[in-house]
Amino acid sequence: MEPFTTFCAVAVPIDIANCDTDQIIPARFLRRHWTDPDYDKFLLHDHRFGEDGNEKDFAFNRDAFRAGRIFVADVNWGCGSSREDAARVLVANGVRAVIAPSFGDIHYANCVRNGILPIRLASDDCAALRRQLNDNPGAEIAIDLETQSVTGPDQARYEFAIAAADKHRLLNGLDDIAVTMEYAEAIDAFETGHKARLDWAY
Amino acid sequence: MGSTLFDKIWDAHVIHETEDGDALLYIDRHLIHDLHYWCFGAMKEKGLAIRNPGQLFATPDHSVPTTVRTIAEIPEGEMRETVEGLQNYAEEFGITHFPITDERHGIVHVVGPEQGITLPGLVLVCGDSHTSTHGALGCISFGIGTTEVMHALATQTLWQRKPKAMRVNVSGRLGFGIGGKDVILAVIREISAAGGAGYAIEYAGPAIEALSMEGRLTICNMTIEAGSRSGIIAPDETAIDYVRGRPYAPEGAKWDAAVRHWRTLRSDADARFDKEVDLDGGAIQPMVTWGNSPQYALPIGEPLPDPAGESDPLVRADMEAAYAYMDLAPGMVMSDVAVDTVFIGACTNSRIEDMRAAADVARGRRARVRTLVVPGSGLVKRQAELEGLDKVFADAGMEWREPGCSMCVAMNGDALESGQRSASTSNRNFRGRQGLGSRTHLVSPAMAAAASVTGRFIDVRQLGTEA
Repeated sequence: MEPFTTFCAVAVPIDIANCDTDQIIPARFLRRHWTDPDYDKFLLHDHRFGEDGNEKDFAFNRDAFRAGRIFVADVNWGCGSSREDAARVLVANGVRAVIAPSFGDIHYANCVRNGILPIRLASDDCAALRRQLNDNPGAEIAIDLETQSVTGPDQARYEFAIAAADKHRLLNGLDDIAVTMEYAEAIDAFETGHKARLDWAY
Repeated sequence: MGSTLFDKIWDAHVIHETEDGDALLYIDRHLIHDLHYWCFGAMKEKGLAIRNPGQLFATPDHSVPTTVRTIAEIPEGEMRETVEGLQNYAEEFGITHFPITDERHGIVHVVGPEQGITLPGLVLVCGDSHTSTHGALGCISFGIGTTEVMHALATQTLWQRKPKAMRVNVSGRLGFGIGGKDVILAVIREISAAGGAGYAIEYAGPAIEALSMEGRLTICNMTIEAGSRSGIIAPDETAIDYVRGRPYAPEGAKWDAAVRHWRTLRSDADARFDKEVDLDGGAIQPMVTWGNSPQYALPIGEPLPDPAGESDPLVRADMEAAYAYMDLAPGMVMSDVAVDTVFIGACTNSRIEDMRAAADVARGRRARVRTLVVPGSGLVKRQAELEGLDKVFADAGMEWREPGCSMCVAMNGDALESGQRSASTSNRNFRGRQGLGSRTHLVSPAMAAAASVTGRFIDVRQLGTEA
């Protein structure tokens, strides 16, 4: 997993409240593999493409936003289905961070495990950022994970909170399985005791 | 200070806790469905072994057409590949698997409780957000993504942070014709689709205690629709009676020990909750959703809300977008809205009690629109047929299908056409959820059957006098 330290990129306003993972990637694409050459097109597919396959008027389709690698979204981004495809399809488009007032818990965890930094900022701050981006298409946002700060197009600085463990994961691009394997002895010992205590379950 | 029910189970499963608050949690049961079959291949490629195949249980559901009984009948392509892939890997790795030819097969969240795989006091995970369902039996259960699925396969553990505690108290008695679906839609309307994020929700109170297991499973199922990964209900005699005698439930002395332990699993009187929500169960009406988030639910008789009354401009814009997508307008009443299709099924409402509730409405009446009735498992199907419910549905002109996720997820051949409107017992009314351009309204099984026989939304309690 690619470590996340600092990142500066064009940011895209996604003005959709409760943007569930079905919208981020519709279910009909879930059996397509992440290596599919068309995979990037599945991101927000039905917002970006009409039933005739033609592009619709949507922020991410506009030339100024095509280079966007940071999303600024609205409340409850990534709620709903646990599909990790919703994080993978962001990766496929080079998106490294999503800023939103709140996230679906499962999607939040999936983002962290795919090297995407989910940033919670106050709803008013997110709205102000989206407004700036809509007014100045192509404007950039800078993120520094170490100092837990976001700098908007107008140079306003916002601090954000993140669990220390998630910060550590992202900064170091850690693979959880490799980390957990270092606890093998503790797991073995716990498991033996646990299965004796809950012998009715085993 | 006392502990919550959730705390007690959590604490008994923590292997290690880091300084920054991440807990390495032991996983007792791991359920697998078809969409994750390829994880086994990916693990082989990475040289990772499956730690405890005996704690894995697999059944295909998302990709299973509800018109077939064998893999050979599935059209060649992605669906068959997925269902077949799961079967092949289950055989290769020695995982308990209920293939579509097995009567025990069905939707993973119906099969787990039905087989006694889901037990009070355990930690259970599955790569599906509706894993919250299983908490109805008094266990910790939550949905996970693919990376976590592989982590659990390799280590039988997951790194998790303990969620905050919320308790939803439902007082009083539910009225006639009101069930778990109406309760959970009322809860989501109250706390919003994001209100449960970061929390595990315990449901308590007389109205919850009086519910059957089926009703409780429906409530915990849709906990994720309130933003929370985990719903839980203290295991009482209803839960214990439900588990007793199921194929994978403990027996003999182990059963006795289990029950002794389960009776200790309740929140202490002085347990602290970060948030408490109170609902009057007696005031809950038959609910229906009108927008593209389950929080846009309302009692069937109430006019649709006016976005102009919303002070938050973002909420207003969201409501306006939902009205446009759903082709509805503020002030309308849902009983004036016609439906094109009715879907009765999904992990929310496909258990035997749901089938009975729908059949009670369908009996002696005729469906006016296309209606699919999809039992949640082969065993639900058999029980329904023993009770003659299949005949009730057939006589009413409804389609009685084989078990699967069907039109809830619309990736198995069952879907709405663009612009069509459904009354659906599933859990998500998201844009395009039941097919590109689909318009979904979430209701209980009784309300869905009532919409079928009238061709529009109607308060099921009025049906007797009208039809």
